[in-house]
Amino acid sequence: MVNLIINGKKITAQEDTMILEAARAAGIDIPTLCAHESVSRSGACRLCVVEMRKGNRSKIVTSCLYPVEEGIVVETKNERVLNVRRLVLELLLARNPESDVIADLAKKLSVTPQPRFTMDTDKGKCILCRSCVRVCEEVVGVSAIGLSRRGSQKTVGPPYNEESAVCIGCGACAFICPTGHIEMETTEDKRIIWGRTFKMKTCDVCGRYFAPEDQLKYISKITGVPLKELAVCMDCH
Amino acid sequence: MKKATTTIEAKTKEIIKKYSRDKSSVIAVLQDIQEQYNYLPKDALRIVNEEMEIPASRIYEVATFYNSFSLTPRGEHVIKLCQGTACHVRGAAAILDKLERTLGINPGETSSDQKFTLETVNCVGACALGPVMVVDGEYHGQVNMAKVDKIIGPLKKGTQVS
Amino acid sequence: MKIIADAKALHQLQKELKEKWDPQKPMVTICAGTGCRGYGCVRVKEALETEIEKQKLNVGVRATGCFGFCEKGPLVVIHPQKIFYQQVKLSDVPDIVTKTVAKGEIIEKLLYRDPISGERILKEEDVPFYKKQKRLIFGSNGLIDPTRIEDYLAIGGYSALAKALSEMSPEGIISEIKKAGLRGRGGGGFLAGAKWESCRKAHGSPKYIIANGDEGDPGAYMDRSLMEGNPHSVIEGMIIGAYAIGANEGFIYVRNEYPLAVIHLTLAIASAREAGLLGKNILGSGFSFDISISKGGGAFVCGESSALFASIEGRAGEPRAKYIHAVEKGLWDKPTVLNNVETWANVPLIINKGTDWYGSIGTEKSKGTKIFSLVGKINNTGLVEVPMGMKLREIIYDMGGGIPKGRKFKAVQTGGPSGGCIPESMLDLPVDFDKLYEVGSMMGSGGMIVMDDRSCMVDVAKYFLAFLQDESCGKCVPCREGVRRMRDILEDICAGKGKEGDVELLETMSQAISDGSLCALGGSAPNPVLSTIKYFRQEYDAHIKKKHCPAGVCKALIKYSINPEKCTGCGMCVKVCPTAAASGEKKKPHTIDNETCIRCGACIESCKFDAINVE
Repeated sequence: MVNLIINGKKITAQEDTMILEAARAAGIDIPTLCAHESVSRSGACRLCVVEMRKGNRSKIVTSCLYPVEEGIVVETKNERVLNVRRLVLELLLARNPESDVIADLAKKLSVTPQPRFTMDTDKGKCILCRSCVRVCEEVVGVSAIGLSRRGSQKTVGPPYNEESAVCIGCGACAFICPTGHIEMETTEDKRIIWGRTFKMKTCDVCGRYFAPEDQLKYISKITGVPLKELAVCMDCH
Repeated sequence: MKKATTTIEAKTKEIIKKYSRDKSSVIAVLQDIQEQYNYLPKDALRIVNEEMEIPASRIYEVATFYNSFSLTPRGEHVIKLCQGTACHVRGAAAILDKLERTLGINPGETSSDQKFTLETVNCVGACALGPVMVVDGEYHGQVNMAKVDKIIGPLKKGTQVS
Repeated sequence: MKIIADAKALHQLQKELKEKWDPQKPMVTICAGTGCRGYGCVRVKEALETEIEKQKLNVGVRATGCFGFCEKGPLVVIHPQKIFYQQVKLSDVPDIVTKTVAKGEIIEKLLYRDPISGERILKEEDVPFYKKQKRLIFGSNGLIDPTRIEDYLAIGGYSALAKALSEMSPEGIISEIKKAGLRGRGGGGFLAGAKWESCRKAHGSPKYIIANGDEGDPGAYMDRSLMEGNPHSVIEGMIIGAYAIGANEGFIYVRNEYPLAVIHLTLAIASAREAGLLGKNILGSGFSFDISISKGGGAFVCGESSALFASIEGRAGEPRAKYIHAVEKGLWDKPTVLNNVETWANVPLIINKGTDWYGSIGTEKSKGTKIFSLVGKINNTGLVEVPMGMKLREIIYDMGGGIPKGRKFKAVQTGGPSGGCIPESMLDLPVDFDKLYEVGSMMGSGGMIVMDDRSCMVDVAKYFLAFLQDESCGKCVPCREGVRRMRDILEDICAGKGKEGDVELLETMSQAISDGSLCALGGSAPNPVLSTIKYFRQEYDAHIKKKHCPAGVCKALIKYSINPEKCTGCGMCVKVCPTAAASGEKKKPHTIDNETCIRCGACIESCKFDAINVE
């Protein structure tokens, strides 16, 4: 067990716990955008930053990736930390003016748009948290979408922005996206996502469309479970 | 066209074999492909995906992250203008404008007649010669407007109106 | 070259090669670094060889590594007299051979001419550019053919390795490096010995050592010249380091933009293997180690250690949070020591000559020498190696020869995009790891870009932000979005659209970007902006409040005009003007229409009468 102080409060946490979890367990909330329980941490959004003091040195670290250490003193809401969070949200407000999620979060943290930042019109609601990429790689295992380019031109999507041959249409990326940027349209027997149309399979029991055929084929391939046994929807199982 | 594709496939497989299919050598593999074809053909990247078992999205990420790769065919003549700090202080920005006017393209683009590709590079390490322009691998130093005309002019001769 | 069995065999071989070397033997050396190749030195070398053969003289011609005095290339030195010829042209070759090589006669016009005294200087060591230097690391560059391991051995190369493997223990080597106070030369300035010790103690296997040859700071090319000009010095340092740390595999990461360095390193590694200095059971010690070269793909961010690891691992060069240090979990999550190329080159020196000697050079906390690249608005552009603690003024004026065309010094930018601009009032600062930090800059990897009164400091800040925006990996919000927004504001300021409060906004953003960024690229991105605001605030105010660029650089804020008293009406400006803004009758003073003028500068370049003013 490790002893540390967060916002003046004495906390005990197990080794290998991140400051984020240790704080939340003690009722101290730290905002996050790119952290999700299903995927590895990336430290990309910088919203969860805290100031960590060890001895007579202090630095700003992302609480989602910094493990608790004996004797450290953490501040989650001091001026230095709030400055970083404010800038992050001002920048995201300018990057994604369409996003309700960002607008709500900014309001909650009392951040208003910075008039000197011209609003982008071509970034949609994508904040490049890369949760979609991580879920496709780590959980689904097909890596159909990925990041491309660099810096302010970085984007997410299938290679060449064309239909991905390995995408299974499962929609995990759309589900995990914190801002709802990824469009997935499911109508009756079709699902359209990342520009590709998937044929949906009907449940052998109730007859409703429930999952893309490609998704079931993939699950069958990696688990060895015959396709026939997978052709039953969750409700009918 | 089919024959050309098969050659790309064969050559790419050869390159991959040279690196023992080691996944971590993907950048070196792409560099060899780039050197062979002056860009990264889509078919070559497909072979990299199949032979090295690296996801297509990962290959695409690497190919678009690094400056040395081009996904579109580059021109007959590749002109790289150094935009390092020393060259900038010696007036490289004005030279870039001159090149854009002379070639009719922006950095990163290739002229429609496929004759010229203009690129900028952030320091080639020949600062004493600044401003530096590398044309088809050859270094030219102390480049000014007049020199641009002198070097590019002969290369342009015979160009169709683009 | 046969495998060298042990330390004794090495010393024997060195002795034999040294005897053949004979510094008293007539020889012509010519600098063949990338810079001089741009001047056509390869053809000069071939011409020298042809002419010497034609005249049946028994004199060799050796293409060496970079001499450092890049402004005056091609550089040729005639041995044994050490006559130093500069700016040698093809047409000079017959005379050089007939007069100097054959008869020892001097060709005055090829000697370096001191700009102040007018004196012609005969020997390399007396040329002011070289006089105050202490070329411990760089000195051999001008002597050896970097493609021949025999040359390196002849001047005593690999003695340090022999000593380390046969007389010292790994812990002993680490102790020496710690005592010597060697600090990383790549910009971080971290104590190398401490790093090596942590890695040696770390759990995990295998361990790796890496030489960082990414040298991304634009304007800095010290590492390029070392890798091209004396690759074995780097390799020797790495083998010693690997032995001390307990690593059997190493990498040299070279940036893609240095093709000659890659070639010379590849040759050097191959010949070291042939000699048994790389591979299994080096010099009979039982220690095995080998090196691979990894080429960069063209990304400044890959100079950052975790991004560099990602690149070697075949991924995009995105850094990761450094809460766990590389010495514990680096390349492939294994204990790794990453040091700069110049740092590795210091190692054989320390082992050979000892820590007392090394400690006597430099300052209390910055030991040894540092190689700087002196570039920009400076007379003597080149690479200088000086003891730490030398004053900026000495480097810029005594070695650099001051500012060309009689212009006035304005600032020197040090530390690359992570550094800052230092004004004239601070030129007496000593250059070392710590002093420049105090004034808002840093020594960095050694790039020194000199600027004069025709350089606009707001433009310089804008330039660095554009550079960083282009090179940012794009992972974290503060850098990806913040640097681009700062750049947008600076573009506005330079275009005459700056607003009151812009400078204050830049300062506020700077603190958050510096604190919030994931890696040092974003973390130090605000530095060039903050240092130019600090020392050149009046230029920012002029751009914002008066819509005026005092240095005459920012196109939207300047006007060109022709001085009728100097203009002879020759019409050159009309000829080169791309927008037909310049016009006039023959032999009568011309004019420039500012509505059509795009301020491209072609007219200024072509005017022989200095008749065009910028205001």
